[in-house]
Amino acid sequence: MSVTVKLPTQLRASTGGEASVAVEGATVGEALEALYGAYPELRERLSDEDGTLRRFINVYVGGDDIRFGELLDTPVGDGDEVQILPAVAGGS
Amino acid sequence: MESYVFIPADLEEQKILATGIYGTNLVKVRGNYDDVNRLCMELSGERNWAFVNVNLRPYYAEGSKTLAYEIGEQLGWRTPDRIISPVASGSLFTKIGKGFADWLDLGLLEGDLPTMNGAQAAGCSPVATAWAEGRDFCQPVKPDTIAKSLAIGNPADGPYALELAKSSGGSIDSVTDDEIRAGIRLLAETTGVFTETAGGVTVATLAKLAERGDIGRDESVVAVITGDGLKTLDAVRGSFESFEIEPTFEEFTTKVEANLVAAR
Repeated sequence: MSVTVKLPTQLRASTGGEASVAVEGATVGEALEALYGAYPELRERLSDEDGTLRRFINVYVGGDDIRFGELLDTPVGDGDEVQILPAVAGGS
Repeated sequence: MESYVFIPADLEEQKILATGIYGTNLVKVRGNYDDVNRLCMELSGERNWAFVNVNLRPYYAEGSKTLAYEIGEQLGWRTPDRIISPVASGSLFTKIGKGFADWLDLGLLEGDLPTMNGAQAAGCSPVATAWAEGRDFCQPVKPDTIAKSLAIGNPADGPYALELAKSSGGSIDSVTDDEIRAGIRLLAETTGVFTETAGGVTVATLAKLAERGDIGRDESVVAVITGDGLKTLDAVRGSFESFEIEPTFEEFTTKVEANLVAAR
Protein backbone atom coordinates (compact mmCIF):
# COMPACT_ATOMS: atom_id res chain seq x y z
CA MET A 1 0.00 0.00 0.00
CA SER A 2 1.35 3.41 -0.88
CA VAL A 3 0.46 6.03 1.70
CA THR A 4 1.42 9.66 2.14
CA VAL A 5 2.82 10.73 5.49
CA LYS A 6 2.32 14.45 6.15
CA LEU A 7 4.84 16.04 8.47
CA PRO A 8 4.50 19.20 10.59
CA THR A 9 6.98 22.04 10.03
CA GLN A 10 8.81 21.12 13.25
CA LEU A 11 9.92 17.82 11.73
CA ARG A 12 10.80 18.95 8.23
CA ALA A 13 14.41 19.71 9.09
CA SER A 14 14.80 15.92 9.35
CA THR A 15 13.43 15.35 5.84
CA GLY A 16 15.40 18.04 4.05
CA GLY A 17 12.32 20.26 4.02
CA GLU A 18 9.86 17.71 2.61
CA ALA A 19 6.31 18.28 3.90
CA SER A 20 5.05 14.88 2.83
CA VAL A 21 6.69 11.57 2.12
CA ALA A 22 5.28 8.64 0.16
CA VAL A 23 5.96 5.28 1.81
CA GLU A 24 4.76 1.68 1.67
CA GLY A 25 2.93 -0.05 4.51
CA ALA A 26 -0.31 -1.78 5.46
CA THR A 27 -0.49 -0.29 8.96
CA VAL A 28 0.47 3.03 10.53
CA GLY A 29 3.37 1.26 12.25
CA GLU A 30 4.69 -0.13 8.97
CA ALA A 31 4.35 3.24 7.26
CA LEU A 32 6.29 4.89 10.08
CA GLU A 33 9.00 2.20 9.95
CA ALA A 34 9.38 2.92 6.23
CA LEU A 35 9.56 6.63 7.07
CA TYR A 36 12.30 5.98 9.67
CA GLY A 37 14.11 3.91 7.05
CA ALA A 38 14.23 6.91 4.75
CA TYR A 39 14.85 9.49 7.48
CA PRO A 40 16.46 7.81 10.53
CA GLU A 41 16.46 11.02 12.60
CA LEU A 42 12.68 10.91 12.79
CA ARG A 43 12.62 7.70 14.84
CA GLU A 44 13.89 9.40 17.95
CA ARG A 45 11.69 12.43 17.41
CA LEU A 46 8.49 10.39 17.15
CA SER A 47 9.09 7.19 19.04
CA ASP A 48 10.04 6.14 22.59
CA GLU A 49 12.77 3.57 23.21
CA ASP A 50 10.12 0.84 23.43
CA GLY A 51 8.73 1.73 20.01
CA THR A 52 5.53 3.45 21.17
CA LEU A 53 4.73 6.93 19.95
CA ARG A 54 5.81 9.78 22.16
CA ARG A 55 3.01 11.20 24.29
CA PHE A 56 2.94 14.56 22.58
CA ILE A 57 2.77 13.19 19.05
CA ASN A 58 -0.67 12.80 17.50
CA VAL A 59 -1.16 10.66 14.40
CA TYR A 60 -4.28 10.77 12.25
CA VAL A 61 -5.49 8.58 9.41
CA GLY A 62 -8.15 10.26 7.29
CA GLY A 63 -8.59 12.85 10.05
CA ASP A 64 -9.17 10.29 12.84
CA ASP A 65 -6.76 9.99 15.76
CA ILE A 66 -5.22 6.49 15.69
CA ARG A 67 -5.95 6.24 19.42
CA PHE A 68 -9.58 5.81 18.32
CA GLY A 69 -8.35 3.01 16.04
CA GLU A 70 -5.73 0.39 16.82
CA LEU A 71 -2.81 2.74 17.46
CA LEU A 72 0.22 1.64 15.40
CA ASP A 73 -1.74 -1.40 14.18
CA THR A 74 -4.38 0.84 12.57
CA PRO A 75 -4.68 -0.32 8.96
CA VAL A 76 -3.97 2.07 6.09
CA GLY A 77 -5.19 1.69 2.53
CA ASP A 78 -3.73 2.69 -0.81
CA GLY A 79 -3.69 6.48 -1.14
CA ASP A 80 -4.44 7.12 2.57
CA GLU A 81 -2.96 10.13 4.26
CA VAL A 82 -1.19 9.68 7.60
CA GLN A 83 -0.88 13.04 9.32
CA ILE A 84 1.60 13.66 12.14
CA LEU A 85 1.02 16.66 14.40
CA PRO A 86 2.29 17.76 17.79
CA ALA A 87 -0.36 17.72 20.55
CA VAL A 88 -2.12 21.06 20.85
CA ALA A 89 -2.74 22.78 24.14
CA GLY A 90 -5.65 25.16 24.43
CA GLY A 91 -8.90 25.68 26.25
CA SER A 92 -9.25 25.64 30.00
CA MET B 1 -4.15 43.25 12.80
CA GLU B 2 -5.48 40.56 10.53
CA SER B 3 -6.81 37.64 12.51
CA TYR B 4 -8.66 34.40 12.07
CA VAL B 5 -10.84 32.75 14.67
CA PHE B 6 -11.69 29.08 14.17
CA ILE B 7 -14.62 27.63 16.10
CA PRO B 8 -16.63 24.41 16.09
CA ALA B 9 -19.63 25.10 13.81
CA ASP B 10 -22.10 24.12 16.55
CA LEU B 11 -20.72 26.53 19.14
CA GLU B 12 -23.32 28.46 21.16
CA GLU B 13 -24.74 31.38 19.15
CA GLN B 14 -23.96 33.85 21.98
CA LYS B 15 -20.25 33.06 21.71
CA ILE B 16 -20.26 33.30 17.92
CA LEU B 17 -21.91 36.75 18.01
CA ALA B 18 -19.70 38.00 20.81
CA THR B 19 -16.61 36.99 18.82
CA GLY B 20 -17.59 38.06 15.32
CA ILE B 21 -18.51 41.61 16.40
CA TYR B 22 -14.82 42.41 16.90
CA GLY B 23 -14.26 42.15 13.16
CA THR B 24 -12.21 39.00 12.73
CA ASN B 25 -12.31 36.38 9.97
CA LEU B 26 -14.60 33.92 11.70
CA VAL B 27 -14.37 30.35 10.41
CA LYS B 28 -16.89 27.73 11.54
CA VAL B 29 -15.39 24.27 11.27
CA ARG B 30 -17.67 21.23 11.00
CA GLY B 31 -16.18 19.28 13.85
CA ASN B 32 -15.41 19.42 17.57
CA TYR B 33 -12.68 21.38 19.36
CA ASP B 34 -10.18 18.59 18.70
CA ASP B 35 -10.87 18.76 14.97
CA VAL B 36 -10.51 22.55 15.06
CA ASN B 37 -7.23 22.26 16.96
CA ARG B 38 -5.88 19.73 14.48
CA LEU B 39 -6.76 21.97 11.54
CA CYS B 40 -5.25 25.06 13.21
CA MET B 41 -2.10 23.15 14.04
CA GLU B 42 -1.72 22.25 10.38
CA LEU B 43 -2.58 25.79 9.20
CA SER B 44 -0.14 27.41 11.59
CA GLY B 45 2.60 25.30 10.03
CA GLU B 46 1.62 26.11 6.47
CA ARG B 47 1.05 29.84 7.06
CA ASN B 48 3.38 32.23 8.80
CA TRP B 49 0.90 32.76 11.63
CA ALA B 50 1.03 33.04 15.36
CA PHE B 51 -1.25 30.39 16.83
CA VAL B 52 -2.65 31.33 20.24
CA ASN B 53 -2.74 27.71 21.37
CA VAL B 54 0.92 27.08 20.54
CA ASN B 55 3.44 29.82 19.86
CA LEU B 56 1.51 32.43 21.84
CA ARG B 57 0.87 29.80 24.48
CA PRO B 58 3.18 31.26 27.15
CA TYR B 59 0.94 34.33 27.45
CA TYR B 60 -2.10 32.13 27.82
CA ALA B 61 -0.40 29.86 30.33
CA GLU B 62 1.15 32.65 32.41
CA GLY B 63 -2.16 34.50 32.27
CA SER B 64 -3.96 31.54 33.80
CA LYS B 65 -1.69 31.79 36.85
CA THR B 66 -3.22 35.16 37.69
CA LEU B 67 -6.34 33.33 38.90
CA ALA B 68 -4.22 31.97 41.75
CA TYR B 69 -2.75 35.42 42.42
CA GLU B 70 -6.20 37.00 42.64
CA ILE B 71 -7.53 34.25 44.89
CA GLY B 72 -4.54 34.60 47.24
CA GLU B 73 -4.83 38.37 47.33
CA GLN B 74 -8.58 38.33 47.97
CA LEU B 75 -8.14 35.84 50.82
CA GLY B 76 -5.77 38.25 52.57
CA TRP B 77 -2.54 36.83 51.07
CA ARG B 78 -3.29 33.28 52.13
CA THR B 79 -3.88 30.13 50.14
CA PRO B 80 -7.27 28.41 50.50
CA ASP B 81 -7.36 24.81 51.74
CA ARG B 82 -8.90 23.58 48.52
CA ILE B 83 -9.49 24.63 44.92
CA ILE B 84 -12.14 23.20 42.64
CA SER B 85 -11.45 24.09 39.01
CA PRO B 86 -12.83 22.90 35.67
CA VAL B 87 -10.58 20.73 33.52
CA ALA B 88 -10.68 20.67 29.71
CA SER B 89 -7.12 20.54 28.35
CA GLY B 90 -5.89 20.58 31.96
CA SER B 91 -4.05 23.85 31.46
CA LEU B 92 -6.01 26.20 33.72
CA PHE B 93 -6.07 23.64 36.54
CA THR B 94 -2.32 23.07 36.48
CA LYS B 95 -1.49 26.77 36.08
CA ILE B 96 -3.59 27.69 39.11
CA GLY B 97 -1.49 25.18 41.06
CA LYS B 98 1.67 26.68 39.59
CA GLY B 99 0.53 30.22 40.47
CA PHE B 100 0.11 29.28 44.13
CA ALA B 101 3.41 27.37 44.17
CA ASP B 102 5.27 30.37 42.70
CA TRP B 103 3.87 32.87 45.20
CA LEU B 104 4.42 30.50 48.11
CA ASP B 105 8.06 30.17 47.02
CA LEU B 106 8.38 33.93 46.81
CA GLY B 107 6.92 34.33 50.29
CA LEU B 108 4.00 36.40 49.01
CA LEU B 109 1.40 33.96 50.33
CA GLU B 110 1.00 32.17 53.64
CA GLY B 111 -0.28 28.62 53.89
CA ASP B 112 0.22 25.44 51.91
CA LEU B 113 -0.45 24.42 48.33
CA PRO B 114 -4.23 23.83 48.22
CA THR B 115 -5.77 20.44 47.63
CA MET B 116 -6.56 20.56 43.91
CA ASN B 117 -9.84 19.05 42.71
CA GLY B 118 -10.47 19.00 38.96
CA ALA B 119 -13.98 18.98 37.49
CA GLN B 120 -15.05 17.48 34.17
CA ALA B 121 -18.34 16.81 32.39
CA ALA B 122 -19.16 13.09 32.20
CA GLY B 123 -19.73 13.51 28.44
CA CYS B 124 -16.09 14.52 28.01
CA SER B 125 -14.05 13.17 30.88
CA PRO B 126 -10.77 11.69 29.61
CA VAL B 127 -8.87 13.05 32.63
CA ALA B 128 -11.44 11.96 35.23
CA THR B 129 -11.56 8.52 33.61
CA ALA B 130 -7.76 8.20 33.74
CA TRP B 131 -7.90 9.27 37.39
CA ALA B 132 -10.59 6.70 38.22
CA GLU B 133 -8.57 3.98 36.50
CA GLY B 134 -5.30 5.02 38.14
CA ARG B 135 -3.58 5.83 34.84
CA ASP B 136 -1.03 8.63 34.31
CA PHE B 137 -2.10 9.32 30.71
CA CYS B 138 -5.42 10.07 29.02
CA GLN B 139 -7.20 8.07 26.36
CA PRO B 140 -8.89 10.59 24.04
CA VAL B 141 -12.68 10.62 23.77
CA LYS B 142 -15.29 12.09 21.41
CA PRO B 143 -17.07 14.75 23.46
CA ASP B 144 -20.84 14.75 24.01
CA THR B 145 -21.85 17.24 26.71
CA ILE B 146 -23.65 20.55 27.20
CA ALA B 147 -20.39 21.89 28.66
CA LYS B 148 -18.96 22.78 25.26
CA SER B 149 -16.28 25.05 26.69
CA LEU B 150 -14.81 21.94 28.35
CA ALA B 151 -15.32 19.64 25.36
CA ILE B 152 -11.70 18.82 24.63
CA GLY B 153 -11.48 15.09 24.05
CA ASN B 154 -7.71 15.02 23.68
CA PRO B 155 -6.33 17.01 26.63
CA ALA B 156 -2.71 18.07 26.08
CA ASP B 157 -2.09 18.89 29.75
CA GLY B 158 -4.07 15.91 31.04
CA PRO B 159 -1.00 14.07 32.40
CA TYR B 160 0.04 17.18 34.36
CA ALA B 161 -3.48 17.61 35.75
CA LEU B 162 -3.42 13.99 36.97
CA GLU B 163 -0.03 14.54 38.55
CA LEU B 164 -1.17 17.69 40.37
CA ALA B 165 -4.41 16.11 41.64
CA LYS B 166 -2.35 13.24 43.04
CA SER B 167 0.48 15.26 44.59
CA SER B 168 -1.94 17.72 46.23
CA GLY B 169 -4.23 15.03 47.67
CA GLY B 170 -7.11 16.01 45.40
CA SER B 171 -8.97 14.23 42.62
CA ILE B 172 -10.47 14.65 39.16
CA ASP B 173 -14.21 14.00 39.15
CA SER B 174 -16.95 14.13 36.54
CA VAL B 175 -20.62 15.13 36.65
CA THR B 176 -23.57 14.49 34.32
CA ASP B 177 -25.35 17.11 32.20
CA ASP B 178 -28.30 17.09 34.63
CA GLU B 179 -25.94 17.66 37.54
CA ILE B 180 -24.36 20.53 35.57
CA ARG B 181 -27.77 22.21 35.12
CA ALA B 182 -28.50 21.70 38.82
CA GLY B 183 -25.08 23.19 39.62
CA ILE B 184 -25.82 26.30 37.54
CA ARG B 185 -29.11 26.71 39.41
CA LEU B 186 -27.55 26.07 42.82
CA LEU B 187 -24.91 28.75 42.27
CA ALA B 188 -27.51 31.27 41.04
CA GLU B 189 -29.86 30.64 43.97
CA THR B 190 -27.19 30.65 46.66
CA THR B 191 -24.73 33.32 45.46
CA GLY B 192 -26.49 35.42 42.83
CA VAL B 193 -23.91 34.42 40.23
CA PHE B 194 -25.23 33.09 36.90
CA THR B 195 -22.55 30.91 35.36
CA GLU B 196 -22.15 29.14 32.04
CA THR B 197 -21.90 25.37 31.86
CA ALA B 198 -18.25 25.06 32.96
CA GLY B 199 -19.19 26.81 36.22
CA GLY B 200 -22.04 24.33 36.55
CA VAL B 201 -19.49 21.52 36.24
CA THR B 202 -17.41 23.08 39.03
CA VAL B 203 -20.35 23.64 41.39
CA ALA B 204 -21.77 20.17 40.74
CA THR B 205 -18.36 18.69 41.52
CA LEU B 206 -18.19 20.74 44.72
CA ALA B 207 -21.59 19.33 45.70
CA LYS B 208 -20.40 15.82 44.88
CA LEU B 209 -17.25 16.16 46.99
CA ALA B 210 -19.26 17.59 49.89
CA GLU B 211 -21.79 14.74 49.72
CA ARG B 212 -18.95 12.22 49.59
CA GLY B 213 -17.54 13.72 52.78
CA ASP B 214 -14.25 14.72 51.13
CA ILE B 215 -14.48 18.31 52.36
CA GLY B 216 -13.93 19.17 56.02
CA ARG B 217 -16.46 21.51 57.68
CA ASP B 218 -13.75 24.01 58.60
CA GLU B 219 -12.05 24.06 55.18
CA SER B 220 -11.80 27.16 53.04
CA VAL B 221 -12.80 26.13 49.54
CA VAL B 222 -12.61 28.21 46.37
CA ALA B 223 -14.73 27.13 43.40
CA VAL B 224 -13.35 28.66 40.21
CA ILE B 225 -16.29 29.93 38.14
CA THR B 226 -14.85 30.68 34.72
CA GLY B 227 -17.68 31.99 32.59
CA ASP B 228 -20.88 34.04 32.42
CA GLY B 229 -24.22 32.25 32.10
CA LEU B 230 -25.30 34.53 29.26
CA LYS B 231 -22.90 32.61 27.01
CA THR B 232 -24.76 29.30 27.32
CA LEU B 233 -28.45 30.18 27.52
CA ASP B 234 -29.49 26.97 25.75
CA ALA B 235 -28.25 24.95 28.70
CA VAL B 236 -30.87 26.38 31.05
CA ARG B 237 -33.68 27.00 28.55
CA GLY B 238 -36.79 25.11 29.66
CA SER B 239 -35.40 24.42 33.13
CA PHE B 240 -38.19 26.41 34.81
CA GLU B 241 -41.70 27.61 34.01
CA SER B 242 -43.16 31.07 33.81
CA PHE B 243 -46.65 32.58 33.52
CA GLU B 244 -48.01 34.83 30.80
CA ILE B 245 -51.12 36.90 31.57
CA GLU B 246 -53.20 39.87 30.48
CA PRO B 247 -52.48 42.99 32.58
CA THR B 248 -55.43 42.49 34.95
CA PHE B 249 -55.75 41.65 38.63
CA GLU B 250 -58.12 38.80 37.83
CA GLU B 251 -55.69 37.14 35.44
CA PHE B 252 -53.03 37.30 38.13
CA THR B 253 -55.22 35.64 40.72
CA THR B 254 -56.68 32.97 38.42
CA LYS B 255 -53.65 32.13 36.29
CA VAL B 256 -50.76 32.73 38.63
CA GLU B 257 -51.82 32.53 42.27
CA ALA B 258 -54.38 29.77 41.76
CA ASN B 259 -51.83 27.63 39.94
CA LEU B 260 -49.20 28.21 42.58
CA VAL B 261 -51.63 27.23 45.33
CA ALA B 262 -52.63 24.12 43.40
CA ALA B 263 -49.00 23.17 42.94
CA ARG B 264 -48.22 23.38 46.66
